[in-house]
Amino acid sequence: MMETPETAIAVADLVVRRGGHTVLPGVSLSFPRGRVTGVLGPSGSGKTTLLRSIVGVQIVESGRVTVLGRAAGEPSLRRRVGYVTQAPSVYGDLTVRENLRYFARVLGAGGVEQTIAVTGLGGQADQVVRTLSGGERSRVSLAAALLGDPDVLVLDEPTVGLDPVLRDELWREFRTLAAAGRTLVVSTHVMDEAERCDELVLMREGGIVATGPPRELLDRTGSATIEQAFLALARRAP
Amino acid sequence: MSVRVTLATAARVASQLRRDPRTLAMLFVVPPLLMTLFKYVFDGRPETFARVGAPLVGIFPLIIMFLITSIAMLRERTSGTLERLMSMPLAKLDLLLGYALAFALVAAVQGTITSTVAFGLLDVRTAGPKYAFVLLAIGNALLGMALGLFLSAFATTEFQAVQFMPAVIMPQLLLCGLLVPRAAMPAALRYVSDALPFTYAYEALAKIAANDVDGRLALDVCVVVASIAIALVLGALTLRRRTP
Repeated sequence: MMETPETAIAVADLVVRRGGHTVLPGVSLSFPRGRVTGVLGPSGSGKTTLLRSIVGVQIVESGRVTVLGRAAGEPSLRRRVGYVTQAPSVYGDLTVRENLRYFARVLGAGGVEQTIAVTGLGGQADQVVRTLSGGERSRVSLAAALLGDPDVLVLDEPTVGLDPVLRDELWREFRTLAAAGRTLVVSTHVMDEAERCDELVLMREGGIVATGPPRELLDRTGSATIEQAFLALARRAP
Repeated sequence: MSVRVTLATAARVASQLRRDPRTLAMLFVVPPLLMTLFKYVFDGRPETFARVGAPLVGIFPLIIMFLITSIAMLRERTSGTLERLMSMPLAKLDLLLGYALAFALVAAVQGTITSTVAFGLLDVRTAGPKYAFVLLAIGNALLGMALGLFLSAFATTEFQAVQFMPAVIMPQLLLCGLLVPRAAMPAALRYVSDALPFTYAYEALAKIAANDVDGRLALDVCVVVASIAIALVLGALTLRRRTP
């Protein structure tokens, strides 16, 4: 796929096998800079594997993933790419603030209090993470990824289990980050979140069903919702 | 490698321990209690307790830190925090040394408490200096930590991890010379014990207890230090930036 200055992430012929099973059979994609790209698909479609390959933590069989002009996972990218795993990856036996302080010190960054405020964790800052609800815990994980103001944010289903008001607030925050030039890759299986994205990548069984802005996908299929568009495109695909 | 990240990691591990007062209490209370138990179990055989009493001060941290580290690292792996750290600007050595620093501190406190109880209350005898037991206790704690760190890579569940204790620690404990002097073992077992790091850890403790400071003691300490280094390097190799 073409790499232009507007391309933040380029994936070329990416093949990933796990446990003798091909998860990504040769995927090529590009993600524009300063945009929110939604990766949509049912569970088991390869979304997490694609995201892990972008972060550079996935062992890949072949192909190339370039992030900000460098090979994914390169040491210089470790400060510039923030990653939120599907399951919250924070220390359950520390408080929210202790977790964030530690990750900030690892990054050599500040902004702990600001990040707590942005993610709406002010009321829980001194609570031990283990005692938080699932949604609060995933917000702590998100907060940890926001530290150090990374250029690229890779978020694996960041809004699962969140209350709708909070989900709305987080999506506003994602939009703000994109407006400030950050590149976001957000996976989700919630089709209505798709409308909040600038670009969509529809995935099914490791393959790319379609890519493009949500409006365009709706027009192309004459559908009223992304869910219908997904269905139409998936049936059309060979 | 960065001093900032290493210290941050040590402080983080220490806060995790502080958040778990029951574990902390057990770390500091169980070794002196076991020591007391040993004394009274060997009540009818004071000569045996006189031989093993002092070395035990330095053996407890080895076993306990092995267990704690293998569980702590397994948690890092299964909770995804290790994957997060591996995607951040943190050198593998920062993580390992951070753990080492925090556990060395715990071992220092544990060794001090155990030796105070042993030498002060239980009448354990040593011909060598008592502070040397605390120092060896710290060294042994680091050996236990390094072994636990390395072996935790081979466990996928906590059930498996705790079973490394009987599988890895028990044979070394039996063969190191603590329970039965190595000279009284069949030759084959003695050769096996020559290859195990515990043997040198125990020998060093026994030599200090007898104030038998010679070249052999230096060799024992060197083998323990080398074992720590090798286990740490092997442990670092099990920390992967990329996983399947």
